Amino acid sequence: MIPILLKSLRTGIVTEPAPQAREEWRVRAAQVNDEILKLLGRALVIREVDAGSCNGCELEVNALSNPYYNLEGLGIRLAASPRHADLLLVTGPVTRNMEEALRIAYAAMPEPKLVVALGDCARDGGIFGASYATCGGASRVIPVDVVVPGCPPPPRAILEGILAAVRAAAG
Amino acid sequence: MANPALPVSRPLAGEAPASYARATPAQWTEAARRVHESGGRLVALWGADRRDAGEAFCIYAAFAGAEGLAVLDLPLAGDHETYPDLSGLFPCASRMQRAVHDLLGLVPEGAVDLRPWLRHGAWRPSDYPLRRDFDAEAFRANAIEPYAFVRVEGDGVHEIAVGPIHAGVIEPGHFRFSVVGEKVLRLEERLGYTHKGIERRFRDFTVAEGYRLAGRCSGDSTVAYAWAYAQAAESLLAIVVPPRARWMRGLLLEAERIANHLGDLGALGNDAAFGFALAQFSRLREDWLRTCNDAFGHRLMMDRVVPGGVAVDVGVDAAGALGARCRSIGAEVLTMREIFDEHSGMQDRFITTGRVSPDLARELGLVGLAGRASGRAFDLRVDFPVEPYSRLEVRKVVHAGGDVAARVRVRFEELIESLRLVPAILDSMPAGETRVQLPDPRPGAFGVGWIEGWRGEVFVAVEAGEGGRIRRAHAHDPSWQNWPLVEHAIMGNIVPDFPLINKSFNLSYSGPDL
Repeated sequence: MIPILLKSLRTGIVTEPAPQAREEWRVRAAQVNDEILKLLGRALVIREVDAGSCNGCELEVNALSNPYYNLEGLGIRLAASPRHADLLLVTGPVTRNMEEALRIAYAAMPEPKLVVALGDCARDGGIFGASYATCGGASRVIPVDVVVPGCPPPPRAILEGILAAVRAAAG
Repeated sequence: MANPALPVSRPLAGEAPASYARATPAQWTEAARRVHESGGRLVALWGADRRDAGEAFCIYAAFAGAEGLAVLDLPLAGDHETYPDLSGLFPCASRMQRAVHDLLGLVPEGAVDLRPWLRHGAWRPSDYPLRRDFDAEAFRANAIEPYAFVRVEGDGVHEIAVGPIHAGVIEPGHFRFSVVGEKVLRLEERLGYTHKGIERRFRDFTVAEGYRLAGRCSGDSTVAYAWAYAQAAESLLAIVVPPRARWMRGLLLEAERIANHLGDLGALGNDAAFGFALAQFSRLREDWLRTCNDAFGHRLMMDRVVPGGVAVDVGVDAAGALGARCRSIGAEVLTMREIFDEHSGMQDRFITTGRVSPDLARELGLVGLAGRASGRAFDLRVDFPVEPYSRLEVRKVVHAGGDVAARVRVRFEELIESLRLVPAILDSMPAGETRVQLPDPRPGAFGVGWIEGWRGEVFVAVEAGEGGRIRRAHAHDPSWQNWPLVEHAIMGNIVPDFPLINKSFNLSYSGPDL
C-alpha cells in the first residue's frame, strides 16, 4: 500500500493544462459544463459505437479518460448502454455488418439524442469509401449532428466535437 | 536433385527471408505436412482470382520455418474451385479458409467447418467480392443471416450473448458463452463485423499508394502494417531502402510497441479493479504519444513508413526528447512493476487465470506476444533480424506460464526492452537519405513483407497489376491465429474474468476482419 500511496503522491495531479494553457482550459471546461447544464440540466452521457473503425479512433476516445483530459471531471461519462446515453459517438465507415447494430443502438437512445460522427471514416467512409462492405459514413445510416475530421482526431478535437454537438442542440 | 513431392522454389527479393513456389495439389499437401512435422507454422492463407490473366483461381499459403517464409501458390486447374484443406494440420487455417470461401468461393476439400465467416448476409451466398466478375452494387442492405452457433446441452446450461456492441470503448464482435452458474463451459466467437472490404479496396490504389490502406487494417499496429506493406512493395520492385530509413522504421516500430504496452498494462490493472494502474499507465501513454507527435508528426505514427523509405526524419532535438522520455518512463515502469508484483489482490486475479498451456499453444499455433507467454519462442526481431535489429541484440522474452500473469510479464519485459532499444537506435542511427524513388512495377511482380508488430507477426503480400496498380494485396493479422485460443483460455474460468482474459490477449478485430 505504501508504494502505491507514494507513487500517487509523487505523480500529483497532472490534469491539463500546464500554466499558460491552464486558463484557456478552465474557460473551456467551464463552457463545457455550462453548455451541458443548459441543454440537459445534468451530466452528459456518451455511448460510443465502433461501426467498423480500424481501432485508431477508439484509442483516442479512450485517451480522453486519462488524467490529462480527465473527461469525467468535466461531467462527461462513457456509458455501457445506449439507453443511458444523450450522445452517440460513432466511428468507422459503418460496415454493412454493423449497419443494423448501429440503427438499433440509435433507436434505443432516449430523446433528445445527439450524434457525433468521429473521424474521416465516419464522415464519408474515409479511405475505405463506400463499397459492398461499407455504407460510406454514419450519416448514410442515422442522422448526424457534428462531424469531427481527422485520422484519427486527437483527443482535444474529439472534446471540441462533443461540445459543438451540445451547443448546436442548445440552439 | 529436386524432390518431385515438393515444389521448386525461388527466393523472393527484399528484406523478408522468403521463397516462392508454384505447387500442385499433391505438393501443397506434402509441403504442409513437412512444415507441420518440423514444427513450422502457417502464417497466412489467402486466394486470388487470376482468370483475368487467362489463368484460374489460385490459393496461397505462407509457412514459417527455420529458413524463413515459404510462400506456396496453388493454381486451381480449369474450373476447379476446390483445394486440399489445411485445417487438419493447422487448426488456425479454418477461419482463414472460411474467409477465402466468403470472398472467392473456393472450397477447402475435407474441411469440417464451412460456415460463413466474413459474410453476414450483406452479399448473396452466390456472390464473391474478390472475383473479377463481382457486381459491386449487388450488396444487400440490412440482410443479416442467422448463424449456427454450436449449442451446449445439459442441465442448467444457459447462454449469454454479448455484442457486437460491447460495454466499453472497444471494437465490435459477438461472444456466445455457454455457462453453468458463473462457470464458462464454452465460448464461441463470431467476428467479421468490421469487414470493410480492404482486400478489394487495395485494387483502387497503386503499389506506391497502398501503404495508407495497409496502415489502417488495424490502427494500433499501423507502423507494423505499413512496414510489412513497404517490404512487400520493395520486394516486388526489387529495391533497397537507405540505411537511415531502416533505422527510422525500427525506431517507429519500437515506439508503437511502447505505446501499446503502456496502454495494455493500464487496462489490465483496471480490469482487475485496480484503477490506480489505469491512471498511471494512461498518463504515461499520453506522455509517450505526445512525444511521438512532436517527433514524428502523428500520435499513432500513421503514414510514416512508406514504400522506398520513411516520410519523416528525426532531428537532434526530437531525438533528445525521445531519449529523455524513454528514461523517465522507464524509471516509472520499474516502480509500477514492483507495485504490480507486490499487489496480492491483483496477482490473485492474474495468476492461473485464462491459462493456455504450452502444449495447447503449440497445437493450435498461438503466435506473437501471447505465444511468447505460453512458451512459443518466436520473435522475428531475433529469429530473422533485419536492420536495425541485426545490430541491436534484441532480448527475446519468453515465459511458459500461459496465464494472464505471464502475458502481463511479457508486456513489462518487452516494454522495458523497447525503452532500451529506442535510445540505442537513436545513438547509432546512420546519417543519409531516408527515401528513394520508386520504379514502375512490372505487372505480375509479387512480393511479401513480414514484421514483428507489438501483437505478433504481420504479413503482407502484394502483386502488381497494369499501370502501377495493385492487382492483389493480402494483409494478415496475428489475431487470426490467436482468437481461437481465447475460446480455450476462458474455459473453466468465471464470466467476470472474461474482460481480463480478453484484454490480456488484446487482439484486433479490424485486422482479421479485413
